[in-house]
Amino acid sequence: MDKALEVDRLSVRFGKVQVLKDLSFSVAKGTSLAVIGPNGAGKTVLFQSLIGSIPSEGTIRWAPGVKIGYVPQKLDLERDVPITGDDFLRARRSLMHGSEADTPRILELVGISKEVSESSIGTLSGGQFQRLLVAFALLGNPSVLMLDEPTAGVDEPGQKQLNELIRHLQKERGFTVLFISHELSVVYEYAANVLCLGHGHTCFGPPRKILTPDLLAEIYGTRVDYHVHDH
Amino acid sequence: MTIENLVLSIAMAIAAGLVGCFAVMRRMALAADALSHVALPGIGVALALHINPIFGAAAMLFFGGLMVWALEGKARVAPEALIGVLFSVALAVGSMMTSGEELIDALFGGAGALSWPEILFGLVASLAVIGFIVTQRNRLVVMLVSPDVARTAGIDVRRLNLIYMQMFALTIALGLRFLGVLLMGALIIIPAATAKRLAGNLTGMLSAAVIVAVVATVGGSWLATSLHRETGPLIVTVAAGCFLLSFLRR
Repeated sequence: MDKALEVDRLSVRFGKVQVLKDLSFSVAKGTSLAVIGPNGAGKTVLFQSLIGSIPSEGTIRWAPGVKIGYVPQKLDLERDVPITGDDFLRARRSLMHGSEADTPRILELVGISKEVSESSIGTLSGGQFQRLLVAFALLGNPSVLMLDEPTAGVDEPGQKQLNELIRHLQKERGFTVLFISHELSVVYEYAANVLCLGHGHTCFGPPRKILTPDLLAEIYGTRVDYHVHDH
Repeated sequence: MTIENLVLSIAMAIAAGLVGCFAVMRRMALAADALSHVALPGIGVALALHINPIFGAAAMLFFGGLMVWALEGKARVAPEALIGVLFSVALAVGSMMTSGEELIDALFGGAGALSWPEILFGLVASLAVIGFIVTQRNRLVVMLVSPDVARTAGIDVRRLNLIYMQMFALTIALGLRFLGVLLMGALIIIPAATAKRLAGNLTGMLSAAVIVAVVATVGGSWLATSLHRETGPLIVTVAAGCFLLSFLRR
């Protein structure tokens, strides 16, 4: 199977602190990789090194011509910044010389009303802003979608809706998804492979092999329970 | 005020209003003020060498802009502290190198007669700054929201930051003749801060900042001529008046 991403012996260090060490994994095109681990394990750092925003050692090899859509965690924006959702999405369209035709459909898909898109992004709730970032990423017609805790701050029905939306779009458009999540039931349900980062431990494999009580206890340093949805 | 002075001051005000919007939204208002102090040693060297002070100031500001850019994102040093130290030193060194009326002109501005090279430099630089903001506003918006998102959208964040800092430094150089080293930062920040309070979207903010900057510059210059006072302080006073008036809106 073609690879969207291959990572070999990736290491990241901030001064004397080694955040990631000799991390190796790969992601097949069109599949989902979930990254799990306790706070401070280096999940966001991994994503930032994959997009080249922080220096790292080792090899990161993206498939040729890959287009990444990145959805970061909630950002620290001033509430009174007069940039609206429309300003932000218009900026995206102009960068890719795209037409406006796709925008209403994508806004409807992610559940953003006209009123919300005309509001200042600083006044949006965590969930609304997260949806806007997903819309921004989708407008770029990505071949890889990277989501750093995409449902953090989103209400319960919204979480389910957003997760379903991403799966639906992945099926429809065939893009690869890399996502960071603390919701192990979601990881179990949606991920083809799981990469776990714990303090001193890393593991990689399908959810059934990775999300075992013993391995999770080793990674998180405590017993972790999660619920698997019955279908 | 001559027609050349008027045209140049309006061009400078438009550039200051536009560049200031992104400075205010990026929370670099204090860095902006401090950066303008760097011009002073350049003015001192230029005067000693008998060349136009604006070119000495522009050269020093270029290095100042480069310094702020290099310091940004360096997690191991606090940029604010370093900027504060370096630029205060620049002010001290510059003050030692200039004296008397020249120092007062450098600190607070003194329009006087403009030479043709100065007018030409001013117009070309103003157009460069205005052109940069107008053509790069979308990239600047995405970078402002998230440098990481900008990177994945194909924006060379570091390069764009560098060009922005240089455009910022150029804008300060443009206004030194009218407002001086101590006050030019105010014409960049106050109109943008006023516009931020009034506008509901980016286009509104950019337009409002330009209007406030032009009104402050033209109004302040006219008052200075009428009252036989220095131009710089009156421009800043008019801009500050607009800022206070913006509180009536909401």
